[in-house]
Amino acid sequence: MASILAVDDSASMRQMVSFTLKGAGYDVTEAKDGQEALNIAKSNKFNLVITDVNMPNMDGITLTKELRTLPAYKFIPILTLTTESSSEKKMAGKQAGATGWIVKPFNPDQLLATVKKVLG
Amino acid sequence: MSIDMRQFHQTFFEESFEGLDIMETELLNLDVGATDIDVINTIFRAAHSIKGGSGTFGFNNVAEFTHVAETLLDEMRDGTRAVTQNAVSILLKSVDIIRGMLTALRDDGEMDAAQVAEVKAELDALLGSDSIETDHSSNETAGAAATSSGWKIKFTPHAEMLRTGNDPVRMLRALAELGELDVKADISKLPGFSELNPEDSFLSWDLTLSGEISEADVREVFEWVDDECDLDITALAAEAKAVSTESPASNTEHTAEPAGTDKAPATRSAKTAKAGETTSIRVDIDKVDEIINLVGELVITQSMLGQMGSDFEETQVIDTNKLEKLREGLGQLERNTRELQESVMRIRMLPISFVFSRMPRLIHDLSSKLDKKVDLVISGEQTELDKTVMEKIGDPMVHLVRNALDHGLESPEQRVAAGKPETGTVNLNAYHQGGNIVIEISDDGAGLNRKKIQTKAIERGVIGPDDHLSDEMIQDMIFHPGFSTADQVSDVSGRGVGMDVVRKNIKALGGNVEVKSEEGIGSQFTIRLPLTLAILDGQLVRVGDDTYVFPLISIIESIQVKTEQVNAVAGKAELYKLRNEYIPIIRAHRVFGMPEENKDLAGRLMVVVEGDGHRAGVIVDDLLAQQQVVIKSLETNYRRIEGLSGATILGDGTVALILDIAGLISMFREGNYDSPPPSPKKPDVSAVNSEAA
Repeated sequence: MASILAVDDSASMRQMVSFTLKGAGYDVTEAKDGQEALNIAKSNKFNLVITDVNMPNMDGITLTKELRTLPAYKFIPILTLTTESSSEKKMAGKQAGATGWIVKPFNPDQLLATVKKVLG
Repeated sequence: MSIDMRQFHQTFFEESFEGLDIMETELLNLDVGATDIDVINTIFRAAHSIKGGSGTFGFNNVAEFTHVAETLLDEMRDGTRAVTQNAVSILLKSVDIIRGMLTALRDDGEMDAAQVAEVKAELDALLGSDSIETDHSSNETAGAAATSSGWKIKFTPHAEMLRTGNDPVRMLRALAELGELDVKADISKLPGFSELNPEDSFLSWDLTLSGEISEADVREVFEWVDDECDLDITALAAEAKAVSTESPASNTEHTAEPAGTDKAPATRSAKTAKAGETTSIRVDIDKVDEIINLVGELVITQSMLGQMGSDFEETQVIDTNKLEKLREGLGQLERNTRELQESVMRIRMLPISFVFSRMPRLIHDLSSKLDKKVDLVISGEQTELDKTVMEKIGDPMVHLVRNALDHGLESPEQRVAAGKPETGTVNLNAYHQGGNIVIEISDDGAGLNRKKIQTKAIERGVIGPDDHLSDEMIQDMIFHPGFSTADQVSDVSGRGVGMDVVRKNIKALGGNVEVKSEEGIGSQFTIRLPLTLAILDGQLVRVGDDTYVFPLISIIESIQVKTEQVNAVAGKAELYKLRNEYIPIIRAHRVFGMPEENKDLAGRLMVVVEGDGHRAGVIVDDLLAQQQVVIKSLETNYRRIEGLSGATILGDGTVALILDIAGLISMFREGNYDSPPPSPKKPDVSAVNSEAA
């Protein structure tokens, strides 16, 4: 089954994303900020990365840029979790190499639908 | 898929409250003159997480309110808005409101809507009309609401589209789900193999999609690659019916209603929790590991002892060698048990920063209210104490800090006139001393007004007109109930307002509070508390047929009474000359209402104790073992009794009462010697000191 790296500094959000995706049969690894995610991503291979934008240590945009420089993550879908008030963040994410976005707040069904869109 | 979002609520509440604490602390740290962008970022992130979480978990009112505060922070972050004192104040109020809303949601309580509206109005006013709502869902799909019986789509990805992880195959697949799809690939742009960069996309597609499909649905498929491809969509039928509905932005933006409602009850465990009390604590993983290790040791010891037991059974012979081994095993069991107990206790030990961290906000609010300038200096905030003590020491400390600002520190003008710096200083300090934690709250203010206190003391007949007022007397005064109502000392030096309550609360925790003050220089309050309310190192003593426990910490020494050192003063009170000091003799039998067979003091055992800074000698019949005892509350199981701090159950199953040394001495000093507290067997209701009720 596809493996997903879920990155968010909020524990409740991580729990929710992880629980939802695991329930749908995905293999989920959690990271609490961009730096941790990058370290994990370097030693594991994931089929999809879902990342929050605002995080301490390394934000989601920087993480996206960094991931795209790694050969293994050149074409891997990366989804950013953005909020309705930051449509400019969507563009910033795209420019950094993000595949698309999930707009917060979202419910489990929306999350799964979006994930399905990139993982098929 | 239906997921019960309530399972995430507990975590959400916990992290939101943490986030609010961070916001509060950082807002107070924010230097209005020279704004630190990192600090703003930290505050913004906390607000942002709370907003995102509350929206996701169904607390829309919290999300809405937080959104406004976040917008303000966002403008500060972007540098489009200056960080003013006013803005910081409003943001601090917002933190309070959000905390209130979340607490209400967690505890199924009510939040004062008027209060919320008031602060929200302040936020809105500050933001001004120009930035009330950002037009976030600006509609890229405007005019795309038409439906058609089919669409002709020319899809030409730019060369670099693959590099954002967008695969044309997925879009074709998504289109195929909408209707019947006919795909024709255009390979005319494909270069020769030698020039082909496999990371670029050269293909384009001519697509025909048949079915009753809205243009918005078609465009949604290409939403993420809008700017990475050329897209030409034309209706198959000659005329597309214009549909007069508003573009369903929610479809494309995924901003559908979050599950649940605002009134969704919190998780069951949160509901059963008492309002305002945290139901879980974060524990350092090392502490947990240690306990797991110890439990492992315990299991090994237990199986070893079990093995010995069956050995004994088999051989039926008492072998001294084996007995020795058994004793060893029991010794090990005892060590394991004690270590395990200590480790478990440590789980509840938290740094006092949990209480100290409330103070910057308090000082911030009070100093602006009172027009005083204050520096708060905190030290020893990593000093740990038991959570149960922590929960109860917060309020007395708030009271003392408030008093330090209100009554202790002078106004800037007065300070300058007195040759002091304009800005006053309040120090908070905590450290361990023996089995106690000591908390000091000091200020460099005016100090206690001895003259006023003296006047009052003379009025009350405590001292004569010419007597000097000792520090001890001042303490007695300011901590006495009713001494300092408004028309008395409170206006100027009024340390006494509510101080009786402060002292009572601290005493209820088995601690004490003292004050030292120098006029014109400042005051210092020192609180001493036991580290935990659960266990105690005790000295068991025998009085008559009963066993009592003296807290080891209050014992100075135990001596045999020499009659020549005993002085009887004023009838029945007896004093003992201990080196250069006279200490009162307290006959435990009399205090506990027991017959004293041997009234002669010669050669009897006397335990010299100290509590609240006073010493006394307590006459007992025998000294037994020293051991750690588990404290059971008398208040919970019976009621509070002056002179006793609790009870415990001994190894043989009997109950032993634990003495409150400070209380015992103060009973003696107040002349309540003849109204002893009850013996453990027959509680005597009339004997309870009136102040204890």
